[in-house]
Amino acid sequence: MTSTVRVTDVTKEYGRGKAVCGASFELIAGELVALIGHNGAGKTTLMKLMLGLIRPTSGSVEVLGDNPAAGEFSGRRQLGYLPENVAFDAALTARETQAFYARLKREPVAKALALLETVGLGPAARRRVGTYSKGMRQRLGLAQALIGHPRVLLLDEPTTGLDPELRQTFYEIVERLSAEGATVLLSSHALTELEERAGRVIIMNRGIKVADGSIERLRNIARLPTRIRLKVTGLAPREIPSWVPGDATCRRLNGRTVEIDAAPERKIELLHRATAAGTSVEDVEVVPPSLDELYAHFLRQSEQAP
Amino acid sequence: MNVLIIAAKEIHQAIRNRWVLAATLLLAALALSLTFLGSAPTGAVGVRALDVVIVSLSSLTIFLVPLIALLISHDAIVGDMERGTMLLLLSYPVARWQVLLGKFLGHLAVLAFATWLGYGLAAAALMATGSRIDQDSLAAFVAMIGSSVLLGAVFVAIGYLVSALVRDRGTAAGISIGLWLLLVLIYDMALLGLLALDQGRNISASALNAMLLFNPTDVYRLFNLTGFANVSTFAGMAGLAQSTSLSAEVLLLALTLWTVVPLGFAALAFSRREL
Repeated sequence: MTSTVRVTDVTKEYGRGKAVCGASFELIAGELVALIGHNGAGKTTLMKLMLGLIRPTSGSVEVLGDNPAAGEFSGRRQLGYLPENVAFDAALTARETQAFYARLKREPVAKALALLETVGLGPAARRRVGTYSKGMRQRLGLAQALIGHPRVLLLDEPTTGLDPELRQTFYEIVERLSAEGATVLLSSHALTELEERAGRVIIMNRGIKVADGSIERLRNIARLPTRIRLKVTGLAPREIPSWVPGDATCRRLNGRTVEIDAAPERKIELLHRATAAGTSVEDVEVVPPSLDELYAHFLRQSEQAP
Repeated sequence: MNVLIIAAKEIHQAIRNRWVLAATLLLAALALSLTFLGSAPTGAVGVRALDVVIVSLSSLTIFLVPLIALLISHDAIVGDMERGTMLLLLSYPVARWQVLLGKFLGHLAVLAFATWLGYGLAAAALMATGSRIDQDSLAAFVAMIGSSVLLGAVFVAIGYLVSALVRDRGTAAGISIGLWLLLVLIYDMALLGLLALDQGRNISASALNAMLLFNPTDVYRLFNLTGFANVSTFAGMAGLAQSTSLSAEVLLLALTLWTVVPLGFAALAFSRREL
């Protein structure tokens, strides 16, 4: 359990507004962490603080043993960063750009160039970056972030502009790196993609960290109902089966499906009742609250809090 | 090491963007035309053809080299920030002063290449047409090219300082043009007006020297037009050359300071920038 990034009570003010307000967390080696929040919630600011591009108004940040705010950067050799709107010098080709960044990290250029194939730039790598589409620039952005063996990867909206196939490849690479012990911090709007992959979720709202934990833990905290869908035969169109407890919310979806909102600890009890009641249940589907719903829940909660 | 990597990339980019080509062609074309048109007043017997070229070329340099230097440098920091490339570069294991110094070396190399080649062509053309060139003239010519590069370094450093301080590229361009006008034209005119008004009553020679040191283009002018006896007779500055107490070493030191100080402040301003 070695921590690679430590953020302690960090506040960053811009003029009168607060981009980040009293955020604290620690990222562990091998963790794949999703950082989610609206635009302006402080995700990019947090990443910039970790890179020392900006200095915290108060609090401290430590990345791979460096204090980035003091201009220390030796740890950055083992750090990969993909900014939200990645930009490159238009006059150089992808190969030249990649070689330049590899040299700055003191990594073998040939290995870095091979990454261009991995992200599917292939033949286009010999063209000037100025001729690239958004998706191709994003591929090059990924390729440069993966140079060397990053122990910390900071990816700001990495999958925007990527086609589904490359998206898959991207997550495969990221998961492999994380399995090898890299810390991956990934901000994204594509919550459904993250749901299956992120071991931990940090939700930001207006600069404040409103939730932090594994999806299971967040589900437990949020106490959002799990939806149980049962395919039943032999019921009248609007009839509610008799085995559904009176206090459970229940609705009919279509001719044959009943959907019940179950509190987390009553799931098993409900399923038990349904099967015990007889033979009318043909199929069962259990839908735990999605990351989308959890996100909406925590945002609502933080807005209501004084 | 990082400095050299960044310098190499700047040079590479300047070649790609045809900056090197454009600057070299411009300087070469003007140098060549001055060489041949400029020898007209001295007639075909111009035994000192190269000295005449030094006078006209250094006057041209005062206008042109600062302009080219500011054109490449004013955009160096603020432009990369606006384009977003600085964000990625600074996430790499490189210090900000290394970025600045690397860019400086790269831009200076481009400028030096263009100056040596462009002006060297003029000297080569003179030799090819059969003019006799003696050692003294050649030494003065080489000193002129070297000091022209140094003048370029001064304005590259000034351009960086502007670029590190302002919020957007347009402002950087505006301030750079203003500085160019001030240092190349207005300062001398104001100084001349002041001297004419004063009639030599209050302003001593040493005060004048100090005022000349405060403008890098005047330092350059003094160095080239008074530094070599053979040249100063042509420049009409023989009188000034005898009265000025500033030696060539002092003038070169002044130009070096004019480079190092703005560059140091640029590094300081850049290290405090947030992006």
